[in-house]
Amino acid sequence: MSTTAVPDVAVAPVDQGFWTRHRKIGAVLLALGLLATVLFGALATGQQARFTLSETEGGAALEINGTVGAILFGVVTLLAGGALLAGVPKRWFTLVLGVGLLTFVLSFLCWQVSAAPEGRNFMPLVNVVRGTFILALPLIFGALAGVLCERSGVVNVAIEGQLLMGAFSGALFGSISGSVWVGLVAAAVGGAFISLLLAVFAIRYLVDQVVMGIVLNLLAVGVTGFLYERLMQTNAERYNSAPRFSNWEIPLLSDIPLLGPALFRGNLFLYLGLLLVLVIHIALFRTRWGLRTRSVGEHPTAADTLGVNVLRLRYRNVIMAGVVAGIGGASYTLALYTFTKNMIGGKGFIALAALIFGRWSPTGALLAALFFGFADQLATYLGAIGSAIPSQFLAMLPYLATILAVAGLVGRVRAPAADGKPYIKG
Amino acid sequence: MTNSHPVSGSPDKEPATEPALAEAAGADRATTMTAPRRPEEPRPSLGRLFLDNLWAANTVTVTVLSLLLAMLIGAILIIVSDPEVLATYGYLTARPADAVTSSWAVVSEAYANLFKGAVFDPEASGFTAALSPISETLTYTAPLVFTGLSVALAFRGGLFNIGAQGQATIGVILAAVAGFALPLPPVVHLLVALLAGAVGGAVWGFVPGILKARAGAHEVINTIMLNYVAVYFLSWIIVQSGVQSPGRADAISKPVDPSAQLPRLLGDNLRVHAGILLAVLATWFVAWLLNRSTLGFELRAVGANPDAARTAGISITKTYVLVMVIAGVLAGLGGSQMVLGTTATALTPLVVAQIGFDGILVALLGRVKPWGVLLAALLFGALQAGGNRMQSYSGISLELVTVLQALIVIFIAAPALVKAIFQLRAARAARLQTSLAKGW
Repeated sequence: MSTTAVPDVAVAPVDQGFWTRHRKIGAVLLALGLLATVLFGALATGQQARFTLSETEGGAALEINGTVGAILFGVVTLLAGGALLAGVPKRWFTLVLGVGLLTFVLSFLCWQVSAAPEGRNFMPLVNVVRGTFILALPLIFGALAGVLCERSGVVNVAIEGQLLMGAFSGALFGSISGSVWVGLVAAAVGGAFISLLLAVFAIRYLVDQVVMGIVLNLLAVGVTGFLYERLMQTNAERYNSAPRFSNWEIPLLSDIPLLGPALFRGNLFLYLGLLLVLVIHIALFRTRWGLRTRSVGEHPTAADTLGVNVLRLRYRNVIMAGVVAGIGGASYTLALYTFTKNMIGGKGFIALAALIFGRWSPTGALLAALFFGFADQLATYLGAIGSAIPSQFLAMLPYLATILAVAGLVGRVRAPAADGKPYIKG
Repeated sequence: MTNSHPVSGSPDKEPATEPALAEAAGADRATTMTAPRRPEEPRPSLGRLFLDNLWAANTVTVTVLSLLLAMLIGAILIIVSDPEVLATYGYLTARPADAVTSSWAVVSEAYANLFKGAVFDPEASGFTAALSPISETLTYTAPLVFTGLSVALAFRGGLFNIGAQGQATIGVILAAVAGFALPLPPVVHLLVALLAGAVGGAVWGFVPGILKARAGAHEVINTIMLNYVAVYFLSWIIVQSGVQSPGRADAISKPVDPSAQLPRLLGDNLRVHAGILLAVLATWFVAWLLNRSTLGFELRAVGANPDAARTAGISITKTYVLVMVIAGVLAGLGGSQMVLGTTATALTPLVVAQIGFDGILVALLGRVKPWGVLLAALLFGALQAGGNRMQSYSGISLELVTVLQALIVIFIAAPALVKAIFQLRAARAARLQTSLAKGW
């Protein structure tokens, strides 16, 4: 993110001489491979590491000897790193990098699973995949809200507040009405309310958008916390017992091994989230609205000259973002948990990280959210098998990854050019 | 904070084009010129000037009116969340007096307790009881001054330090560890613990500073991310052996030795401690730094216009890093008070509370000026102290204070709204824009 870099201190383009960006990443991958082969290989035990294709220990499973697996996958990482260092054609770069990172994770898992206490050295893949998606879900909604806002040039730091307000109003009105659908609509309205405040103050009153986002987060925490203590704690029966969406099984697809039970027996929010990624991706890059949104985010003056109503488009996009994030908040209270104070607990900021890590694109945000969700799920799993790796360090992973990405170590990320700059006509 | 941020060039973007620059210049002009020029008039009398300014959109009037608006919205929240009062609105047309009196009763009781908890309780008898509210207010004020100064200083240098929370977190960790792990004599121990807190904050400020200066990575993103890294680091270190309180299963550390605690100022029954004196000292120091020192001049120059500053030979790299390090030191010191003061003596996962985020609000409310920050922190400390009493006496959740604080800052940040609501005159020397107007 070097859009606000000061020229004399910014990094020069790195594609010079031998140490291109690809080669640097290759060197890092090589080091990771070495780590995996030597350290993970040495620490892994000779026990079988079982990756079962079910939710329990039984059933079909992929099995590999722990030491062999850790070393084998580590060597593949090593080779991928070596290949990148030696120089591979550009079009192979992503594939080789992906293989290298995947095998690094597999090597790590072989070590962890084989070193788990007797009787627990298996990893139920269905649970892991399902957990990844469940944990990624609010991130997906939140990051999509960010995409809608920021592509049109309004910085959305208020994702946390939008998710929280959505979760709260979904729970409150869902409980009062007794209908999940009323709850869903209320959640969307709740998220849109925070968005509306963001839009009015950022667009009409030209308040700094990051400042406004931070303040709105606090406002949402305060308002929901206050009403939670006043209403929901005193009368949980009436105000905090929202009905929940049940899981819908999709015929045929749900019978696919591994992916079926993990992905196609979910609730409305899972399907809606994945569908929204697709819809927003197509809309953003294939429709008139998308072209206008992107042009307003990059160069509002030019868009205005061509007859696009910049402010109206920004208002509309910011409010749509609130609707999306509000529904994301409801994916907590109308499907999984009852409302508690500050229940989003920083997920909105991980969603912001996913947005940035995914380079402001819907599909990138999806992948980043899944990666962060996987890190989260892995922390839970490792805690369950009594791993020596502290779960807190795995929880730091999304944030550290984002810092590395923003610092230009993982690749270049660039925000829409007019992101965060108020537009004043004239 | 006048708004004079140009569009800074970027190496991986198209070179800034003429229309973009013109647009930015236009934006700047529009935002700085909030007050229309007046025709020349004969010099008015002092009394006339005072009356004119009283209802003008100047800093004090806008702040007071923002506070009123926030309390008004807070009152509405109190009413709608009280089922009994709300019930009286069911027969509003039949007996409107019921609704009015019951609403007034619940709201006035809540705000009366807010006042009694923060400033003075007329029913209190005795020296200690009379001073207790002020003591509480000052106790909550002290750390907020530090985090507020941290954010304000970075603002003046053109950086948005959202990381005061993380810097305070690392500060509190190091201060606490130094506080219980090092066997040192009383005064030295306190100084070492404070120093440890300052170093912790400095490190956590240095990282986004150097990333901004060297790689152009946006400090807003990095400081947000580092906040959470700090939170997880805190929750990890608390449960390590040697840190965790022996014999405890929950996440709490050993308590800080008495020799490392800040002395109480008004006897053992009142919580106010020397932290508030340090806060005043820090305010004075930051005011001196900003307005009287070479570094402060360079910092303001970079904040106002990095391109011009560079042309004048100021090293932007050095300034950015130094600003973030000093901001980190301030936030780290603020965090240290959370264990070295009287609010707590041991690390817990929520030991720093919200002081970092509140610091952002305090800095904005104080118009990013050091002495303004001190006053703003005093108001926030008073709200916090009063909120505690309101919670225990009137049963109004402490969260209302968060709502009030956020609302006040929203109104402060959009003075045009307050001006429109109250039909205020435009002030002549109004410095209303809190907008930094710079994107990612």
